[in-house]
Amino acid sequence: MIPEFGHYALVLALLLALVQSTLPLWGAARRHPGMMAAAEPAATLQLAAIAIAFAALTWAYVVSDFSVAVVAGNSHSLKPLLYKVTGVWGNHEGSMLLWVLILAVFGAAVALFGGNLPATLKARVLAVQGMIGVGFLAFIILTSNPFLRLDPAPIDGRDLNPLLQDPGLAFHPPFLYLGYVGFSMAFSFAVAALIEGRVDPAWARWVRPWTLAAWAFLTVGVALGSYWAYYELGWGGWWFWDPVENASLMPWLSGTALLHSALVVEKRDALKSWTILLAILTFGLSLVGTFLVRSGIITSVHAFAVDPERGVFILLLLAITVGGAFTLYAIRAPRLKLGGVFAPISREGALVLNNLLICTATVTVFIGTLYPLLDKTVSVGKPYYQLTFVPLMAPVVAVMVIAPLMAWKRSDLPGVLGRLKFAAAGTVLVVLAALWLQGGGPVLALLGIAFGAWVVLGAATEIAERVRLFRIPLRDSLSRAAGLPRSAWGTAFAHAGLGVALLSMIASSYWSTEWLVLAKPGDRIELVAGYAVEFDGVTAGHGPNYQTSLGDLKLLHDGTFVTDLAPEKRFYPVAQMPTSEVAIHTTLAGDIYVALGEEQADGRWSLRLYHHPLVPWIWGGALIMAFGGVLSLSDRRLRVGAPRRAAASAMGSQA
Amino acid sequence: MHRLLFLLPLVLLAALAVGIGTKLLSGSDPQALPSALIDKPLPEFSLAPLPGRSDGLASTDFGGTPMLLNVFASWCVACLAEHPVITRLGRDDGIPVVAINYKDKPENALAWLKRNGDPYRRIGADVDGRTAIDLGVYGVPETFVIDKAGRIRYRHPGPLTPDIVDREIRPLLAELAK
Repeated sequence: MIPEFGHYALVLALLLALVQSTLPLWGAARRHPGMMAAAEPAATLQLAAIAIAFAALTWAYVVSDFSVAVVAGNSHSLKPLLYKVTGVWGNHEGSMLLWVLILAVFGAAVALFGGNLPATLKARVLAVQGMIGVGFLAFIILTSNPFLRLDPAPIDGRDLNPLLQDPGLAFHPPFLYLGYVGFSMAFSFAVAALIEGRVDPAWARWVRPWTLAAWAFLTVGVALGSYWAYYELGWGGWWFWDPVENASLMPWLSGTALLHSALVVEKRDALKSWTILLAILTFGLSLVGTFLVRSGIITSVHAFAVDPERGVFILLLLAITVGGAFTLYAIRAPRLKLGGVFAPISREGALVLNNLLICTATVTVFIGTLYPLLDKTVSVGKPYYQLTFVPLMAPVVAVMVIAPLMAWKRSDLPGVLGRLKFAAAGTVLVVLAALWLQGGGPVLALLGIAFGAWVVLGAATEIAERVRLFRIPLRDSLSRAAGLPRSAWGTAFAHAGLGVALLSMIASSYWSTEWLVLAKPGDRIELVAGYAVEFDGVTAGHGPNYQTSLGDLKLLHDGTFVTDLAPEKRFYPVAQMPTSEVAIHTTLAGDIYVALGEEQADGRWSLRLYHHPLVPWIWGGALIMAFGGVLSLSDRRLRVGAPRRAAASAMGSQA
Repeated sequence: MHRLLFLLPLVLLAALAVGIGTKLLSGSDPQALPSALIDKPLPEFSLAPLPGRSDGLASTDFGGTPMLLNVFASWCVACLAEHPVITRLGRDDGIPVVAINYKDKPENALAWLKRNGDPYRRIGADVDGRTAIDLGVYGVPETFVIDKAGRIRYRHPGPLTPDIVDREIRPLLAELAK
């Protein structure tokens, strides 16, 4: 019965979404407060209904109700409870249910916390949010019903793909979806603003926190996915330009651009129609991402339309959502009042430049991802992206250091560059240090190191400038630092995080070392930097739903014991699938990474060992970026400034 | 002019939607091989072996008996997912399975095979992906069935599942072996 309750709740949610997407819109057009107010209960009830549906499906997984088709197809009675729960979204149907759940959470958040929004804007935002809900709920109910029953029910399930039975991947989809779906808020606000025909700094101040939150979630989501690939695929690569990875990178890129152009709208009342366009685009790319990723495991474009019916539905949904928004844009955007003017050399100018570069980079990724779908005779890979994406992002990195130091409206470039002289000198020192440490290296690697160091030092310079470090007594600098707005710290952290990630990407790409050895118990393998491992053999064992060969290794540093390393080879009998679990010892300076190979005829085992310098900082850098986003989100201006200044500017625009 | 600029996103989107839409609806099955290649002989190619091995893969290696041609790469998760299925076909069922190693570092491919098992009779290293383009491959994994005369009879893009093997590949192989 419980799955039927879930199904029923889902249909109810669709009806509520229908109400939410029509009544408030009509009410807003007729200035009817009652109809506009209907949006709020509709949004909160829709959340409740979807939460019930989600809980019902989770329940079916937890009690292993194999009469439900998706449970039978993706779960197994012996699977650990954690993976029973995360298995809920480890398949197409369940992941779409998670998607609408998050959508409803965001919708309800506007309904509950959007008290300071003008009534018509709030009604319209919720209505647009409701329309997205209608599309997706209809998609789920018509083509991907997660509550479909099997009769007779199988005795046991077919198990979740073992590659997905992993903590990294278990929490990767929710973060990605929080990011993707979070951008629906920017989209809804953009469409509502087009309907209203008005975009002002107050609007940007409401949109920015949602975008910022979505961006921070997406940053974590992309990083989790990359980290998973790093330890699951077994040799330490962390980005493959795979369509699914690209699908998450594209909305991240355009979301980054959106974040910055919304800043210009907020501060300078300029770039309005561009910001609206970016908001629509970012959500559109999130939709593309959702569909390329939807199955969660098929790591290729093949997933796009395995089922033609679903493929066409998806395309229609995309076309209606983005097409409708673009149509509205074509009609309404030309009428938006132009805002503040600015000179090319100004902070706005720098932000526009970076916006354009990031968007072009997004387009190159988009073409690289979708082109093979249109023309099967062409294959696109790493060389393509190295020739297009990387050269486009290099100037972005160079400019992003300069922009925060520039003044709004008009700035003086020599002055700004002058203030960056210490950062420039520091960059040279870092490159020299890399040269000395590595005894040389490819020019591109050194250039990459220079860019990374430049960003980190540039972010530090910006803070140092603001607190007038070493120019006034240190105590005064510190109190200035404490008084800096959190958004300033947020910017510095987010920028520095990118620099840190960049440095480690370069270091791990160019300076990793690899050993392939055949070892018998008692063997000792010398690695770099004073590290060595001792191999003590392999033991057989078994986990809840797999058999395993467990390697026993000791990691030594300068002869003293550091830690045990236990790389595994697992076999999942139900799914008939082997997986390899690597052992990683992470330090601040890098990873020691061990993968267990096969047993040889003479009883020795093949082992692959790697030293990946700085590699943890790729994800560390991403976390620093996300932290910067959260810090900025907690800024006073976004928490309490909005209503008061909104009221002021609303009056101003009427005057 | 100014107004037309605002129409641009819509126009671009429409073009894209039409492009992908016709692709989706025309063949109605995007997994179908470009019809030009089906029942045609394999395009000519000759691929070097992985380092340290003797057997590469050339189009002249086909024929005589129906064979399975699997395109894989060590960097591809879906290949790992389908590997047990391929292994069962090649090792347990004795079906000749050969492979093209697609855009891979040879040392990674060798390590991958060492770790996950090697069910292939021959492997050609398609380092730059040229041969795969001739075959119309647009992602990994992909699997082809080649008949006795060396013609392409079937193509499956994406990972093989036991279900597809039982429903499509085994019956076809049985028929081709007659």
